[in-house]
Amino acid sequence: MRRVLSVIAGLIAAALLWEGYKAAGDPEGTVLFGVRVLPRADDLSMPHLWTILGRLTDPEMTGGRPVWIVVLDACLFTLGITAAGFLAGTLIGLVLAAAMQRFRIVERGLLPYVILSQTVPLVALAPLIAGWGGTLMPPWASVSVIAAYLAFFPVAVGMLRGLQSPSAAGAELMRSYAAGWWRTLVKLRFPAALPYLFPALRLAGAAAVVGAVVGEISTGTRGGIGRLIIEYSREATSDPAKVYTAMLGAALLGLLVAGAVSLLELPLMRHRRHVEVVTL
Amino acid sequence: MTAVVVSGLTKVFNQGRGDEVLALSEVDLTVGDGEFVSLIGPSGCGKSTLLRLIADLIEPTAGTVTVADRPAAQARREQEYGIAFQQAGLFEWRTVRRNVELPLELRGVSKAERRAKADRMLELVGLADFAGHYPGQLSGGMQQRVAIARALAVQPPLLLMDEPFGALDEMTRERLQSELLSICAKTGTSTVFVTHSISEAVFLSDRVVVMSARPGRITASIEVKLPSRDEAGRQAPVYFEKITEVRQALRA
Repeated sequence: MRRVLSVIAGLIAAALLWEGYKAAGDPEGTVLFGVRVLPRADDLSMPHLWTILGRLTDPEMTGGRPVWIVVLDACLFTLGITAAGFLAGTLIGLVLAAAMQRFRIVERGLLPYVILSQTVPLVALAPLIAGWGGTLMPPWASVSVIAAYLAFFPVAVGMLRGLQSPSAAGAELMRSYAAGWWRTLVKLRFPAALPYLFPALRLAGAAAVVGAVVGEISTGTRGGIGRLIIEYSREATSDPAKVYTAMLGAALLGLLVAGAVSLLELPLMRHRRHVEVVTL
Repeated sequence: MTAVVVSGLTKVFNQGRGDEVLALSEVDLTVGDGEFVSLIGPSGCGKSTLLRLIADLIEPTAGTVTVADRPAAQARREQEYGIAFQQAGLFEWRTVRRNVELPLELRGVSKAERRAKADRMLELVGLADFAGHYPGQLSGGMQQRVAIARALAVQPPLLLMDEPFGALDEMTRERLQSELLSICAKTGTSTVFVTHSISEAVFLSDRVVVMSARPGRITASIEVKLPSRDEAGRQAPVYFEKITEVRQALRA
């Protein structure tokens, strides 16, 4: 109950901030030394919240479907791409982390490239991967590849740190039980890594959403929320509220993915919830 | 059959580097079947190192270790021993019961049997009511008792203990000492027990092995024959005589 209330309070605070700035801010934006430091607050740049919400129920185009259905449809499409990319990225990240933990030489050789991979600009990479769409794989899958490319990184780095987190005593104990690498991984290293894995999964989830949205735009894939943002922003001068409906959809997508990770965390991190120490 | 035979054992850490340390030098030790042997000595005398060599957790630089007439590595693979360290080292994501079950789990013991054994061990260390708790909810002493229950769970022929009671209060310590002795007597378990405490070593052991530091070597081996190992034993003249003997050996 308290959680629900705090979520509602957060939403109200965000709405107040938006409308408050709109009421108090300069419609032309605040310009200091020729640089606009605060955005314009006019109706064209920041439509009223009720205009945006109202736009959701209006038809997309004259006689078309209502905008909220179009946005929701696009969200579902992108959610599928995100989920595929997130799962693939997570799997790759986990395997890389396990390999790096197992073999020191792999860690030394691979980790720099794992980090390097994230410094390659996505715009440079996207056209190459987009080329795979339609030949090697369906176009949506090529967008998933981009999402996975962004998502694997936090998982690989976070999980490696987590797998290395057990103390030497824990590893020795497993050795005394004659447990090999695999059983030590399953019984000791993997459970010990969970507190590191979940923050990494949150980052990976966000990265997968960004990857899917940006990937859709740069590969020109139709049907998703990324494409919708681009399409609607072209109409921003005549219909400024419309593009914000698409952005709401993208935000919803992020929340969904974060919620999914939290659901996964609940049963696995049960031991962290009881913290009262019995002293007998 | 002898539980442990150590001969000519030498351990050098960081060999050939600037921070080379000679931890053990030419150590010979035999632990008979069912015998309780304590290793006592100043910090840095290599008693923990000796224990870890017997457990095949580290490799000797020279010399051999035989456990239950087998090379130490083979004995470890065949799980001839149970081990308890100074730190409890429990897995925080497992309940107390599942921590005790861990070695049984790795041996492929069935679920029902695992549970029964774990519960019996927890009862032994007085933690039956905390089987469902997580280690993070227990005090340090209670965690240590769980670790001892875990070492005993597989009822190994050899117990290796590295100052397992170091973190406990005197009352719990004495109770667990008695429990340990009764378990060892009942099951015929041989024990190698590392400790700092002279009185603990004398009370528990058939033999107290005194070590000196730098390089670690055995300087004395003192047979202890207490009339009984209970309150009467703790007040017997021979108990105090042996304490004095060990103390003098440590000073020598």
